[in-house]
Amino acid sequence: MTGMSETTYRDALRQALDDAMGADSTIVVLGEEVGRYGGAYGVTKGLIERHGADRVIDAPISEAAIVGAAVGAAMTGLRPVAELMYVDFLGLAMDQLANQAAKIRYMFGGQVGVPMVLRTQGGTGRSAGAQHSQSLEAWSVHTPGLRVAMPATVSDAYHLLRHALTLPDPVVFIEHKALYTRKGGLDPAAPDAPWGRAVVRRPGRNVTLVAYSRMVHSALEAAAALAEAGIEAEVIDLRTLNPLDMETVAASVTRTGRAVVVSEACLTGGVAAEIAARIQEDCFDWLEEPVIRVAGEDVPIPVSPGLEAASIPGAPLIADAVRMMLP
Amino acid sequence: MATTRRRTKAQEAQSNRPSADELLGYYRDMLLIRRFEEKAGQLYGMGLIGGFCHLYIGQEAVVVGIQAALEQGDTIITSYRDHGHMLAAGMDAKGVMAELTGRRGGYSKGKGGSMHMFSREKNFYGGHGIVGAQVPLGTGLAFAHKYRGDRKVNACYLGDGAVNQGQVYESFNMAALWKLPVIYVIENNRYAMGTSQARASAGELYQRGSAYGIPGRVVDGMNVVSVREAAEEAVAHVRGGNGPMILEMKTYRYRGHSMSDPAKYRSKEEVNKMRSEMDPIDNLKRILVEQGVIDEERLKTIDREVKEIVTEAAEFATQNPEPDPSELWTDVLIEA
Repeated sequence: MTGMSETTYRDALRQALDDAMGADSTIVVLGEEVGRYGGAYGVTKGLIERHGADRVIDAPISEAAIVGAAVGAAMTGLRPVAELMYVDFLGLAMDQLANQAAKIRYMFGGQVGVPMVLRTQGGTGRSAGAQHSQSLEAWSVHTPGLRVAMPATVSDAYHLLRHALTLPDPVVFIEHKALYTRKGGLDPAAPDAPWGRAVVRRPGRNVTLVAYSRMVHSALEAAAALAEAGIEAEVIDLRTLNPLDMETVAASVTRTGRAVVVSEACLTGGVAAEIAARIQEDCFDWLEEPVIRVAGEDVPIPVSPGLEAASIPGAPLIADAVRMMLP
Repeated sequence: MATTRRRTKAQEAQSNRPSADELLGYYRDMLLIRRFEEKAGQLYGMGLIGGFCHLYIGQEAVVVGIQAALEQGDTIITSYRDHGHMLAAGMDAKGVMAELTGRRGGYSKGKGGSMHMFSREKNFYGGHGIVGAQVPLGTGLAFAHKYRGDRKVNACYLGDGAVNQGQVYESFNMAALWKLPVIYVIENNRYAMGTSQARASAGELYQRGSAYGIPGRVVDGMNVVSVREAAEEAVAHVRGGNGPMILEMKTYRYRGHSMSDPAKYRSKEEVNKMRSEMDPIDNLKRILVEQGVIDEERLKTIDREVKEIVTEAAEFATQNPEPDPSELWTDVLIEA
């Protein structure tokens, strides 16, 4: 299939898995409800019919063993896609991810890698409550030896996953539950940008908004609102957090002189803090204002829709932060 | 060099009784592990090995007996008391010792140390430091065997401490459910660090898989022939597509949990009784001499050969250079 077509984030992910499995018999999908049920969010629907129960494997509710078995299989050269239904369940599998998957190449002196993908989803937006709505990417970003991808667009959902399924190292691939039904264009033959490169989603000269995952869309919404007031915000979609493309960020900030880092994850100790620190280190002489983080509140995620929405940044908050920075 | 005592098809066709040559081989392999570990203990005492160093002395019959039942292509994975497993798998003593001293000629280029080594060639998958965490990995290795249909098995070693980790049971369930070709070898050396089995584990360890329908068997882990015999039965069961099996090896470690452990949680009498009555190497030697398989001259030759290997390994491990400083940043991730 070639050429651009309109599809959803969910269908793009499924197509990526389907196409990758068709091209590479070492890929197996392993997780809770990935087979007959079709995935809790429907991403793996139909894969078991197309690729068989030997390759699309319904696992018991055993996150540590799902991830651990994927690590062991990956060491032999298989390419497992282990699925965690919610990123919040990472706590159950964190030993296998952080102590095994991330360490194996280094502690064995480079003799063996772990070419697996840990697919999961996080974030708010469905009143899923404190144990099913978190943004825990910082756990993985803070662990050397892991790649981390967080697609914001339909096209990236496909292309970043396809690319992740070619990498020699473990990739934590974090989808956003509120993006599954989002529509967008996809050309399977044309990725947005190479893996590891950030993309400027909207050009602007007054301020740089750095975002990833769903917050890219909130930042774009804020930029549209600001444009009506004559403020031109540049919006950067990081796409991957490891690699972290600070070159693209710095190229923007050295032009605009102002940076806002937007993240749905809670503020303290988050990825936004790391990015803000790097901007400050890389671009200090160009900055007109201190770098600002606009991030989630330091609270567990509440269920009630009003409270839930208030726990994370929205476009108005991002726009307010920008206005505060400008003279 | 350590030899891997794998059996040929012709030998398999014969009875389970090991041949004189095989017994001699086991004796030599166990002795190599013993002498290697003694030397590692010395180097540790001299400050040439840092960090952790968990000696296998006393448990040698377990890995040598298991290895004897495996065939080329079967995979092995274990925890951090791993030097014996590597030597039994045929890994080079020089490379293992140099890893203990953190040198560039070590199996992991000095970046892994005592607990973390790997050999694709010998199908040794580590060398893991988190208690019990190698069990899901071994289960995954078995999954890969089954997925590829290669009729190979995984020998997944764990200790009597690891049996109380939750992820072990997640793995047991998966392995039984999917009939994965894995043998869980529980090395029950009676102490999880300083806590005796009686103080930490309810019930019998060989029965820990019974709720999943995993057959378990208790084995005299101080007797290499008993270990081999049980391992052959288990390998046949597992290779035959019948799912996992558990072997509980009753064994004993003579030294502390690690080099920093004075082992005050047990009596000297207990240790001395095990060493004098149950030692796997002494007992096999006595049988070999009594049966006339071996004479004093041959014993001396084996002793000398083993000593040479260990001395050479220690020399290599102390003279080999440390890793280049640039190695700090390599092997984290492959640029792509």
